[in-house]
Amino acid sequence: MTDAQPKSGGAAATKRMSVKERHALHKRWDQSLNSLAINVPYIAFLGIDFDRRGDELTAILPFQDKLIGNPFLPAIHGGVTAAFLEVTAVMTLSRQYLWEKLENGELDLDRLEKGEVPRLPKTIDFTVDYLRSGMPRDAYARARVSRAGRRYASVHVEAWQDDHTRLFAQATGHFLMPQKRV
Amino acid sequence: MDKVQMARQFIEAIPHARDLGLQLIELENGVAVITMPYDKKLIGNPATGVIHGGAVSALMDTCSGAAVMSHPDAPGGTATIDLRIDYMRTATPGDTITATATCYHMTRSVAFVRVTATDNDTDNPVATATGTFTVERPR
Repeated sequence: MTDAQPKSGGAAATKRMSVKERHALHKRWDQSLNSLAINVPYIAFLGIDFDRRGDELTAILPFQDKLIGNPFLPAIHGGVTAAFLEVTAVMTLSRQYLWEKLENGELDLDRLEKGEVPRLPKTIDFTVDYLRSGMPRDAYARARVSRAGRRYASVHVEAWQDDHTRLFAQATGHFLMPQKRV
Repeated sequence: MDKVQMARQFIEAIPHARDLGLQLIELENGVAVITMPYDKKLIGNPATGVIHGGAVSALMDTCSGAAVMSHPDAPGGTATIDLRIDYMRTATPGDTITATATCYHMTRSVAFVRVTATDNDTDNPVATATGTFTVERPR
């Protein structure tokens, strides 16, 4: 038997769900993924929060003094910006990957809700463009999965502050997808 | 006050560097060595206790900036233009991570840096990065 064989239960039948059932599933899904993120100490340390609207995920980095990298400007630390972009990229990619697993019955939402950490994509490389300095204000980021292959994925991510059209940083990363254990 | 001493003071005044527990070990002629002790708050995978890649990025970015400021031709401050990080392996939980950055070339406006991060197994880097940095001139 292979892992690809859809198991009964899970959300294998999302397409046949009523509007109400689908809404309830999305709610459970958001809650379990948000707690998955909160349980990562480094994400909590930076204070990153997530907000999903439809199929769009926005990561939020509320400003804190400890995020400052240049006290004279002051500006957000470049390393914090890189980490914020990377967390957003991994989270966006993971949600997409895990949702597919949920739909084909390979992922059990009950186990995810109990706090079981699934295997997640791993960063191979990450390239950050610093376009302007991050001001001491809240920052936002959204990622787009450019290509999701079986083994590798490529993700582009952008971050802005007050004005969405004036990005302060963008990045592209390559990720190794979790492989089926043989 | 000499430039290296100024760079040291600047790095030690960075709130985020202090929060990460970064320690400047060496700073001279475009080479910087900075350590980041293992800390539970930096964990990226709660199942294994492995440090998040983002924390390693922050360490390497800081170390690279320090290397630029300590370069003999550097007139003052710097900011990252771009940084490409390659993650070779996960750092061993419990180990201090050490970054060594070298500013190997500098023009009037751009500084070029290579940086390597290792844990206790110094022969197998955890990550490497290359970056370009601005060369800020006092106006």
